[in-house]
Amino acid sequence: MSSEAASRRRALSGWGRTVPTGADVVLPAVGDDVSRALAAAGPRGIIARGLGRSYGDAAQNAGGAVVDMTSLDCAVAADWETGVVEVDAGLGLDKLMELVIPHGWFPPVLPGTRNVTVGGAIAADIHGKNHHVDGSFCDHVVSFDLLAPSGTYTGVSAATNPEVFWATAGGMGLTGIVTRAVLQLVPVETAYMTVATRRIPHLDELMETMEATDAGHRYAVAWFDSLATGANLGRGILMHAEHTRLDDLEPARRHEPLDYSAPERVQVPPLPVGVVNRFSIGAFNWAWYTKSPRNPRTAVESVPAYFHPLDGVTDWNRLYGPRGFLQYQFVVPFGAEATVRYAVERLAHGGAASPVTVLKRFGRANAGMLSFPMEGWTLTLDIPTRTRGLAAMLDELDQHVLAAGGRIYLAKDSRVDPDVFAAMYPELDRWREVRAKLDPDGVMRSDLARRLRLV
Amino acid sequence: MQDALGKVDSLLVLGGASDIARATALAFVERGARVVVLAALESDKAAAEENAAALRAAGAATAEVVGFDAWADPDEHQRFVDGVFGHYGDFDVVHLAWGVLGDQDRNSRDARAALAELRTNLTGAVSLLMPIANRLEQQGHGTAVVMSSAAAERPRRSNFVYGASKVGLDYVAQGLQDRLQGTGARVLIVRPGFVKTKMTAGMAAAPLAVDAGDVARIIVEGVATGKEIVWAPPLFRWVMSGLRHMPRAVFRRLPI
Repeated sequence: MSSEAASRRRALSGWGRTVPTGADVVLPAVGDDVSRALAAAGPRGIIARGLGRSYGDAAQNAGGAVVDMTSLDCAVAADWETGVVEVDAGLGLDKLMELVIPHGWFPPVLPGTRNVTVGGAIAADIHGKNHHVDGSFCDHVVSFDLLAPSGTYTGVSAATNPEVFWATAGGMGLTGIVTRAVLQLVPVETAYMTVATRRIPHLDELMETMEATDAGHRYAVAWFDSLATGANLGRGILMHAEHTRLDDLEPARRHEPLDYSAPERVQVPPLPVGVVNRFSIGAFNWAWYTKSPRNPRTAVESVPAYFHPLDGVTDWNRLYGPRGFLQYQFVVPFGAEATVRYAVERLAHGGAASPVTVLKRFGRANAGMLSFPMEGWTLTLDIPTRTRGLAAMLDELDQHVLAAGGRIYLAKDSRVDPDVFAAMYPELDRWREVRAKLDPDGVMRSDLARRLRLV
Repeated sequence: MQDALGKVDSLLVLGGASDIARATALAFVERGARVVVLAALESDKAAAEENAAALRAAGAATAEVVGFDAWADPDEHQRFVDGVFGHYGDFDVVHLAWGVLGDQDRNSRDARAALAELRTNLTGAVSLLMPIANRLEQQGHGTAVVMSSAAAERPRRSNFVYGASKVGLDYVAQGLQDRLQGTGARVLIVRPGFVKTKMTAGMAAAPLAVDAGDVARIIVEGVATGKEIVWAPPLFRWVMSGLRHMPRAVFRRLPI
């Protein structure tokens, strides 16, 4: 029996809920539907979409086709001795965690949400709080199968086909559709995290402390108050964490150390106006800082509480209202601390309030041609798009980031200037060459690719 | 593609010689638009060329003038739309910026003058707006900016033929907004009050009069934020709402 995948014109937007565009969304029932959709793609092309957590327009394709990969989400094989799993690209990291944690294995890289598919994780070469130790997602991808317009590539690995591998890692889905991946997981003794928290009253001290102490911890990230200025500029909370060892787990939990569940407790309804503004953010930031322990403290937390506190609230992006928001994330090399400080001050004085401002030190970059992480400081802010003067402010910050030798993250972007982007990624031309081999007719297309003139 | 903060890349302006068209295109270019195509009547081409030069000076990489006539037949309009989209590719914004404000006394004496005004402002606009909306729907993104008027809110004896042309267009545009839900294509309806332009030259400015630059800023902001209806000035929405609900016997006596 032949299966015909349903396709329906729908408006899609990213997690920031800005600029929805219409595309023919294909829901594949079986793997062959994906290749059929690729073969049937019209002049406006096709792109794969996962769980839609890219903030901007990476997984939308105005007037063309979008393949919703989330229906193809099987785990194909698992070796519990070595921690190597083979999974469909549409499998979400949330489901992956439910599958592997009870066996004592853990995803090698987790971003700030578990609602990311494996395909999306490869396309954005996502990073987590352990980047300085473990690198980014594609560093743990043993191999993947890629359905490219020029043909099918099976078992692509960094060793066997480095060009295709590193053009696809971070390539935002524009080299083809990843259908399956083999991942190396990391072993854990428990489903808990031992988290050391300390409060630090100023950005300079925060950065100095991170520099001095991050290396000794597997997971390290700092949250700070983006609205505090003057003596309180960048007052923050530094969190270091390790996977909790069985011996360190309280006796009551020891009989089921790998018990993992991540319930979604609350859902935000569609709101007519945003409730995230300077005042609510100011109150939230103040509360977050003051509720944190005054003195350094170490506690055992569940995996969701540590990694994904926001995932407990379904559709939290609706809090920003119908106008939506964007996430600005950049990285600058070590030594460019002044750029980080300038960005924080510029945004605070410009009224660009952010409720979730995250500072993190990256480790070494991998060979991904469009991969975002590189050795240095990465700063992340969520900003409502209605913020006055935001476009000019961010354009100016881009120039500082570029001058410092840094770059912005495509999975978060919804507004960078195409020429500035090209200057930030010197390997863009090489990526284009590899892409031209994989997709000579330019079938793989997205709004992001059009906006930034990538293809 | 339009970005999250309202920067657009390409703009098609029908009625490219008008003051509002010029100010609006300049405002989009100042915000980063690179391609502007100005469509104008043969007799307006010189003025449109001047506008194109101003747009290039403001930083547009491409600012070109093409011919169009609101009075042409629907087949011609379809060919025009296919041709301009075929040649230049996607447009992020299509601004239907032309319009005439006839002399109501003349319209009352000469039905042909009234029909001519309706043909320019209403039937010509509908004949172009339909294929444009279809094109935006196909490309899955883009905003058609439709110039309605505060005069569409309630007929006044001083300009009711103009008002009829605008209310007709306004209704069609509202219907299109509903039809285009979920397609990525959008329609922005602009309802200005009195705008000081070539079209209103020689008339005494009404209260709350704005200039073309004010209208341009409101349009650019409306496209950026995905609004459906904007007023220029915004306060006019409430003024017209008040006038609309006034008893007819009183309204009729107002000197407006």
